[in-house]
Amino acid sequence: MASYNTNEFKGGLKIMLDGDPCSIIENEFVKPGKGQAFNRVRIRNLKNGRVLERTFKSGDSVEGADVVESEMQYLYTDGEFWHFMDQNTYEQYSADEHAVGESKLWLKDQDVCTVILWNNVAISAVPPNFVELKVVETDPGVRGDTSGGGGKPATLETGAVVRVPLFVRTDELIKVDTRTGEYVARVKE
Amino acid sequence: MSLVLKNDADDNWGPGCKLGILRKRAWMLSSIRHFFVVRNVLEVETPILGQTTGTEPQLNFFSTKYAGSPDTSDGTFFFQTSPEFAMKRLLARGIGSIYQICKAFRNHECGRLHNPEFTILEWYRVGFDLNQLMKEIEELILGLFAHSQVTLSASEHISYFEAFSKYTELDVPSASVSDFIQVAKIHSLDGAVDLCRDEVSDWLDFLFSQLVQPHLGKDRLTFIFDYPMCHASLARLKPGETDIAERFEVFINGIELGNGYCELTDAIEQEQRFRHDLHQRRKRNLPTPTLDKRLIKSLEHGLPECSGVAIGLDRLLMLLTGTKHIDEVLAFDINRA
Repeated sequence: MASYNTNEFKGGLKIMLDGDPCSIIENEFVKPGKGQAFNRVRIRNLKNGRVLERTFKSGDSVEGADVVESEMQYLYTDGEFWHFMDQNTYEQYSADEHAVGESKLWLKDQDVCTVILWNNVAISAVPPNFVELKVVETDPGVRGDTSGGGGKPATLETGAVVRVPLFVRTDELIKVDTRTGEYVARVKE
Repeated sequence: MSLVLKNDADDNWGPGCKLGILRKRAWMLSSIRHFFVVRNVLEVETPILGQTTGTEPQLNFFSTKYAGSPDTSDGTFFFQTSPEFAMKRLLARGIGSIYQICKAFRNHECGRLHNPEFTILEWYRVGFDLNQLMKEIEELILGLFAHSQVTLSASEHISYFEAFSKYTELDVPSASVSDFIQVAKIHSLDGAVDLCRDEVSDWLDFLFSQLVQPHLGKDRLTFIFDYPMCHASLARLKPGETDIAERFEVFINGIELGNGYCELTDAIEQEQRFRHDLHQRRKRNLPTPTLDKRLIKSLEHGLPECSGVAIGLDRLLMLLTGTKHIDEVLAFDINRA
């Protein structure tokens, strides 16, 4: 794998750090008045999603990470692995629970996700920003209350629990923002 | 996390900034020229390509070959990292107060606030002390901001040591490297030890940039003055002090806009500082440009007492237009050049 000089750092670049593949979120070149230049970099560890900050001396090189982001269709889970299919090559990949992490709460058959492959192994799956999921369980709402205040918990078909307005009923389809885990709207089937 | 696929060849022919920004740039340049015309400060031009250049180890230059050089030289010419030396040679000849708006070049420097080719406004005021020069900078900049959406409140002046003790736990004059390491640890500034090693001057720069600078100039001009001698550069020693240089920097919203000196007029000390720089360069295996003997000669002839400052005009335009990245104020940044 190629290595990258700090001059090539930019958002989205994939590098190896402490043995883990990481993605640069933000790179700030700092050149104090008369001092030595350095790069202050915000980095996301692609294996655990943690964000950290690092300082690199300008001109230093780091090893690149063989990381590919692919659009993949989510197929099914066998309980141990979650299976995806690359939309272009039709190749199938499986990700373990550790790799899918929180995302498993938003994975619905047929939905297209972004799967991150490191050395051709799935290490992370990012669901679409919005998914439509069926409510499998929620308390009956109070009639006439259509305001957004209050709300109640609802369990969705994937097992996720989100707060929904009181008028939402069991078996209805709702749209959820997977980035915040918040209810967006009711969807007519 | 979103998937970003970018095809560089796609549509990079156009400017990277809005055309309105370029109109604002033209307005800024003409306003600055008007400011100096009224004050009887002469506009000059000096060479972009020179046979010598600044020696400071932290500046990386671009160089090229001049085909018309005599056989005795290797024909290397340097793109100037600032117009300072040539302007001082004019001052020594007795030209009086001068200013210049020009391109300057610094290799490797690229980022949100840096483009390797950038625009400098540099001016020298004969007979001015630093307070007079800071006052004039304030007039220029407040005048420009009066025509922008951003309102600046009253300017602030803090000494370098005061700023440090205000925003960190450090009393710089008595601090040691182990104190610096401790502060870096408290603020989780990892990598600092590798970067600064046991160099006090590197530590000061690093900690200042990370812990002090972000607080400076919140919607106002903040002048930091009285730098320690290890950051003197081309400033003279403050009279009556042993370790304070007559240098200042000016900040708005955490961005360093300019750097000013009460100029060093002592040829011998200047030559010593050059030699020290070149020694540092050799130690770090950096290319060593030839020492600018013409500048030394001009100082021997006599540089009038003067103060000078360089302002980064691209950054000033960023602040005037509320843009966040230098690419947003350049027609064609280095990646589109």
